[in-house]
Amino acid sequence: MKPPAFEYYCPETLDEALGLLAQYGAEAKVLAGGQSLMPMLNMRLSHPGVVIDINRLPDLNRVTVEGTSLQVGALVRHAELEHSALAATHCPILPAAERLVAHLAIRQRGTVVGSLVHADPAAELPLVWLTLGGELEVRSTRGSRTIAPEAFYLGYFMTDLAPDELAVAVRFERPAAGHGWAIEEFARRSGDFALCAAAAVVEWDAARGVVQGVRLGLGGVGGAPVRLDQAVAPLVGAVPEAELVREVARGVGQYLDPPDDLHASRAFRLHLAEVLSERALRAAVRRAQAKEVQGA
Amino acid sequence: MTTRQIRLTVNGQERTVEVEPRWLLADVLRERLGLTGTHLGCEHGVCGACTVLLDGRPVRSCLLLAVQADGHAVTTVEGLAQDGALSPVQEGFRQEHGLQCGFCTPGFLITATYLLEQNPQPTREEIREALSGNLCRCTGYQNIVNAVEWAARKLAEQNSAKP
Repeated sequence: MKPPAFEYYCPETLDEALGLLAQYGAEAKVLAGGQSLMPMLNMRLSHPGVVIDINRLPDLNRVTVEGTSLQVGALVRHAELEHSALAATHCPILPAAERLVAHLAIRQRGTVVGSLVHADPAAELPLVWLTLGGELEVRSTRGSRTIAPEAFYLGYFMTDLAPDELAVAVRFERPAAGHGWAIEEFARRSGDFALCAAAAVVEWDAARGVVQGVRLGLGGVGGAPVRLDQAVAPLVGAVPEAELVREVARGVGQYLDPPDDLHASRAFRLHLAEVLSERALRAAVRRAQAKEVQGA
Repeated sequence: MTTRQIRLTVNGQERTVEVEPRWLLADVLRERLGLTGTHLGCEHGVCGACTVLLDGRPVRSCLLLAVQADGHAVTTVEGLAQDGALSPVQEGFRQEHGLQCGFCTPGFLITATYLLEQNPQPTREEIREALSGNLCRCTGYQNIVNAVEWAARKLAEQNSAKP
């Protein structure tokens, strides 16, 4: 298995890269970490006429705090976010999610933004991005724009990104200080894509001992990750008793339409969605309450 | 097909080689540079046999174009032994019978070498997690984990013996 022939460009500036994308459009594929594109080239599932390698572009390898967001540049590798002190402080769910992404060697090379735009419906990072909220910063010779995760994912491996556009950075909304979080998944083997994954973020009203805000996202249950704001609404302003959390989690299935495929049946995926939602919500609540005890 | 010249440091040696952009680093190491210790199993990033160090970090050489390694340092399994003496990780695999057919071994050696640099005293669970991206069809992994533990002990002894 060897990649088909293609024209290879390795631009040194963003303008040069955008010019190439404007020129070649859908004929071109952008190569960043290559941990999804390269297998597709090796197996000849993809035949781009042109490969634009962005690995030598400057300034895209940084993790920074920008206002209410954690910003991650297009060349930040999974392993870098996994070990980022800024991520651990501001969005601790991100390093935890990264530890579930593929394996050690894949994480050294694969990029955060690459995973988001590849849009595998079972991938962890699109799920966490949708759960936290945020935006993707996209450039082309036509200008720049930002896209929210809710609008970005259109279905299996389909996104709102136009052929001449380059995603240069993603911003994850930082939850309030003292929030609780959790990501839970079920995969057949360590490092596999999840059959189902759940991410939860809980903002805690310490004065009243109730949930102030809650977000729950699920991955692996359809063409794109989903956020279940309606399903978790009963938790807002409530004391998160185990019974209530269980009831909310048992109710997620009515919002989902998972597929039957050779990896798992629809019924099994619905079962996983409920079980993992309950585990994620409970763990997020526990973390939020533990921080209150520590006075964090 | 137009080729281009790349320069890379392989196991400490400067190498210059003419490559097509579509050539994989693994193939260039094996076919052009004669370094056949890097094995190709699945050629799509799953089996881990082709793992090499790129600037000291483990990567799949089947998922990297050789042109992308231009200007970078690559360490293959041939670069682990120093002055003809097996590295502690290699010696551990020998002592603990960490291989049978040996096909997957180069990838395990490279990954384990990086693991012990990052975490000199890993638990068995941490070893298993780090090596979970390398497939072995012979050993059942028990002896591989033992071999990495052996290497960790050996490295600790060497470090405590240093003045």
